[in-house]
Amino acid sequence: MFAIETINLEKTYAVGFWRKKPRVALRPLNLAVEEGEVFGFLGPNGAGKTTTLKLLMGLVLPTGGTARILGKSINEAEVKAQIGFLPEQPYFYDYLTAKELLEYYARLSGVEPKERTGKIDAMLERVGLKESAHVQLRKFSKGMLQRVGLAQAILHDPKVVFLDEPMSGLDPTGRREVRDLMEELKQQGKTVFFSTHILSDAEALCDRVAVIHRGELRGIGRVAELTASVAGKVEMIWNGNAVPAGFSGLGAECHISGDTIRAALPEAQQEAALEILRRERLRLISLTPVRSSLEEYYLQKVNSAAKPAGVAQ
Amino acid sequence: MSRVVHIASNTFREAVRDRVLYNLVAFAVLLSGAAILVGQISIDIERLVVVNLGLTAVSLFGVVIAIFIGIGLVSKEIEKRTLYTVLSRPVRRWEFIVGKFFGLTGTLVVNTVCMAIGVFAALLYVSHKFQASDRWILVALYFIVLQFLILCSLTLLFSSFSSPLLSAVFAFSLFVIGSFAEDLRGFAGMSHGLTQGLATGAAYLVPNFSALNVIGQVAHEQAISGRLIAYNTGYALAYSAMAICGAVLIFERRNLK
Ligand SMILES: Nc1ncnc2c1ncn2[C@@H]1O[C@H](COP(=O)(O)OP(=O)(O)OP(=O)(O)O)[C@@H](O)[C@H]1O
Ligand SMILES: [Mg+2]
Repeated sequence: MFAIETINLEKTYAVGFWRKKPRVALRPLNLAVEEGEVFGFLGPNGAGKTTTLKLLMGLVLPTGGTARILGKSINEAEVKAQIGFLPEQPYFYDYLTAKELLEYYARLSGVEPKERTGKIDAMLERVGLKESAHVQLRKFSKGMLQRVGLAQAILHDPKVVFLDEPMSGLDPTGRREVRDLMEELKQQGKTVFFSTHILSDAEALCDRVAVIHRGELRGIGRVAELTASVAGKVEMIWNGNAVPAGFSGLGAECHISGDTIRAALPEAQQEAALEILRRERLRLISLTPVRSSLEEYYLQKVNSAAKPAGVAQ
Repeated sequence: MSRVVHIASNTFREAVRDRVLYNLVAFAVLLSGAAILVGQISIDIERLVVVNLGLTAVSLFGVVIAIFIGIGLVSKEIEKRTLYTVLSRPVRRWEFIVGKFFGLTGTLVVNTVCMAIGVFAALLYVSHKFQASDRWILVALYFIVLQFLILCSLTLLFSSFSSPLLSAVFAFSLFVIGSFAEDLRGFAGMSHGLTQGLATGAAYLVPNFSALNVIGQVAHEQAISGRLIAYNTGYALAYSAMAICGAVLIFERRNLK
């Protein structure tokens, strides 16, 4: 049994005054996420990530296909009790305090009355909102709302957690904390499905990632395998005013400005390039990796022309 | 079922925190001002004036609240996206609609009870005692609550598919037209042929608020028949149940923005 499974799930919005114009938000999507997996959903703005999550939550109705969570139809109340959802840029009843909101949601999710208060206090502590527990949400900052959003998503101890851009709006400490929190969820054996633009987070956290672009799945696979298939790049800067001869054969892009030269070249050629510099007695100023290999993979998938996704599992 | 109760009580809490009940202050000022004024100038018609004015104010204040809150109940939650984290929980869409309905009618009932106490206090002030026919005032208040039931279900119905402004226009027009429902039925009976069919259909489709308005009668201390009470109760329950069903059917098929 898969934790999350979509079968030809698709969505076309009708737009325009007469709702005649179709806008394809998601082409038939087939995806299966194992239980206990942390799955990253990557794609540029407008790719269809949020649409997919809303379809999975039953907030918008699919124009075709179906989705199953924990082997059951997404509309069953039993399933809904097992999932948690953080929408993108979450907004809540602003006349409630953080604590009241969590209380209300705990009730709706059917958390046992005797566990309720304890769970809510622990959760507020965990997302760093203990001091603001009795402040009305209309007085919350964006990042604080994001924290409330995280709290409400995992409050009822769901088995599958869906997070739409969990890091957005958070300060560096907040991001770190969310990463730790997601690690913790993984330790507890929960399935986490999250969308993000931050590839380093995806690389650090995910077992598998999928890349979608223009509503179409462009690639899916284990992070380790994807990054093995594409190499990253490094940037080298050294003193000099002419590009040494050997560099053209390394696939490097060089730019000269004043008496420094900047070259971007594949990670694999790094040693060869350093060797040339040493031989020519040129002084290296810096050497930095510019793109992680996941980023390279992502850009490759997003920039490639539309074609059926190669499934690498 | 308990989820309906949670949603209803949260809706009530929202109304209270949005200071909706502050309208009671305006009501109290209006009513006590009127009571003091008629107490000074008129002979024998104090009761008539206080009952008429009091009950009309109860009705109008309630209608305004029902429309103002009702039009936003669903559309505001969709607009602000507060619904996402509610409907991704084990809450069915019909439970949300029904919960909202009871939350709003609950708010109106509380509001009406407070106002009713005010009306009786004003009555006591001008005529120094209660009399047997005052019980018909209770019936008139009950009918006003039945009006609110219908109006809430209608605003909820409109709110489930149109913008707040349009919902307000629809609901208010229906309230005005419905207040002349009996006249409409009369006119319809006088026309002929196809027009008669259409006019009769329209006259019976709009909510019959005129049968629910007995303020004039009770102000003149006339009795209200048991038959009318039974008819109005059945009518209001059936009408609002149908409107709620309509709202649920529409809302079940909606994509959230
Ligand atoms: N309610 C709607 N009506 C019409 N079109 C919509 C609607 N919601 C989304 N779309 C369209 O569907 C496409 C996918 O949007 P979606 O919100 O899923 O993107 P996303 O991947 O979440 O992007 P982002 O990274 O910016 O959040 C976009 O082209 C968008 O214009
Ligand atoms: Mg999005």
